[in-house]
Amino acid sequence: MNSNNPPSASGNSSSATDVADTPKIGFWRRSNLGQDVLLPLGVFILLLIVWEAAVQIFTIPVYLLPAPSVIWTDSIALAGPIGEHTLATLRTVVLGFIISIVISLPLAVFMTSSPVISSAIYPLLVLTQSIPKVALAPILVVILGANELPRLVITFLVAFFPLVIAIAIGLMSVPAELLELGRSFKASKFQELYRIRLPYAVPFIFSGLKVAIALAVVGAVVGEFVNADKGLGYLIITATAFFKTPVAFGALILLSIMGIVLFQVVVIIERIFFPWSAASQETAIA
Amino acid sequence: MIEIDRLSKVFRSRDGADVVALEDISLTIDDNKFITIVGPSGCGKSTLLRLASGLIRPTSGSVTIDRAVVEEPRQDTGIVFQMPVLLPWATILDNVLFPLKMMHREEADSTEQARHLLGMVGLGGFEGKYPRELSGGMQQRAAICRALIHDPNILLMDEPFGALDALTREEMALEILRIWTNQPKTILFVTHSITEAVLLADRVVVMSARPGRIAEIIDVDLPRPRTFEIEAHHEFQQSAQRIRELIFGNRRG
Ligand SMILES: Nc1ncnc2c1ncn2[C@@H]1O[C@H](COP(=O)(O)OP(=O)(O)OP(=O)(O)O)[C@@H](O)[C@H]1O
Ligand SMILES: [Mg+2]
Repeated sequence: MNSNNPPSASGNSSSATDVADTPKIGFWRRSNLGQDVLLPLGVFILLLIVWEAAVQIFTIPVYLLPAPSVIWTDSIALAGPIGEHTLATLRTVVLGFIISIVISLPLAVFMTSSPVISSAIYPLLVLTQSIPKVALAPILVVILGANELPRLVITFLVAFFPLVIAIAIGLMSVPAELLELGRSFKASKFQELYRIRLPYAVPFIFSGLKVAIALAVVGAVVGEFVNADKGLGYLIITATAFFKTPVAFGALILLSIMGIVLFQVVVIIERIFFPWSAASQETAIA
Repeated sequence: MIEIDRLSKVFRSRDGADVVALEDISLTIDDNKFITIVGPSGCGKSTLLRLASGLIRPTSGSVTIDRAVVEEPRQDTGIVFQMPVLLPWATILDNVLFPLKMMHREEADSTEQARHLLGMVGLGGFEGKYPRELSGGMQQRAAICRALIHDPNILLMDEPFGALDALTREEMALEILRIWTNQPKTILFVTHSITEAVLLADRVVVMSARPGRIAEIIDVDLPRPRTFEIEAHHEFQQSAQRIRELIFGNRRG
């Protein structure tokens, strides 16, 4: 609602003198808060109002398209159970994501250790990606049993591929000068990996992690669609089956929020533990 | 003592043709001498340094340091590349300590040693900064500290000031002379600048290209310590003139 208020450019900017010198340009360039947060928020709120109004004016039935206010009240009424479903999905996403990391990292190291191994494994990896995961899920349930395992495997299968590729590219794109530097100090193969290749790959690893965490949410929901007694994916299936569309919408919104929050967690971990990595990406974009 | 004996290096390029980078180079360098190497681009200066460092192996001939044939990088050799080649994820201090970490030679006073070196090249107070926060000249100075941290007897420098502006370059040349005076060591220094070559050297190795050979070795007997004022000295002028003749004369002919 306060999106019309001028964002305090001089307030959030560290160099107020620049802003004073070139007020117009300074405003456009520096109003990050206004442009990055308030503007999209304003548009979003406007959209909600239009949605609410459209549902009221055209009297759209609630099982087809519930108004935002109805989604809110229906979801709040089920806050307890929905919270449990959210935690269940979160658990699958996080565990699946961790499994992806634990498998991708050594796999990428192994793959990049020699061209022969790389050309032996790479086609297999591509094969795992060409299998439609939704089709694979019910088969996995039969093989692995109706428990958490098939959900984790699906999450892993959806999330790990971009991660392996990102790490492998990072490990391979170390400049020859850095490797030569290591050799000039008699670096062993392990030292080269641990002290040169892996640190160099960190920005690549994090861009892979950002893709992987978003995909892990998708994977977890696919797993829950097929076999689950808990979770937001399960909730969407059961809610729509009983035409409780507002609750399904509520679950959908929670999934989106979960995706955004987890993504930001990865971003923050990078900023805190690998500030040079985050900085190198920012300068690359700028 | 470094003995380079009938050293040759042939590279096989991708299309199968052979490139003779160095042919029949022989050179003996006494301990604690400052040797500069000049020559046209592509005459094999970098190749010569890489052979001396043990990073690559010769096609024939040998490099011998203190009676041991060089077959791989040695712990008593420090290298400064044309580019600083610092680790972007490590602070300046950690970059300087990097060789000791790799060679498992870190000791209690290593950090103090690194700080001392950084102070010596005017980088005191920058220990905790990351390479990208430093200018090119400062990065190269840090790289020089890294090459000195394990107190090598031999310092190989491949156009270390190539990427620097003229002013910084002159400053750094004097810096290197100061370091060399304080901690005597054998230095092989590749440069494109004839002035730099004469200013720094006890002996200037002038090379010619295709195939890379030694055209002449010029002894420089100018008094030390030297500054750029020595440029006016007539022996300096003579040596510089001779080098110019060797390099540009060959080109015309
Ligand atoms: N790894 C390599 N593979 C193939 N050819 C090479 C390789 N390294 C050097 N050469 C060739 O060897 C010759 C000498 O190269 P080198 O880099 O030693 O020259 P340089 O004197 O250092 O030149 P510059 O002054 O331009 O640095 C060149 O013709 C170059 O093409
Ligand atoms: Mg060179």
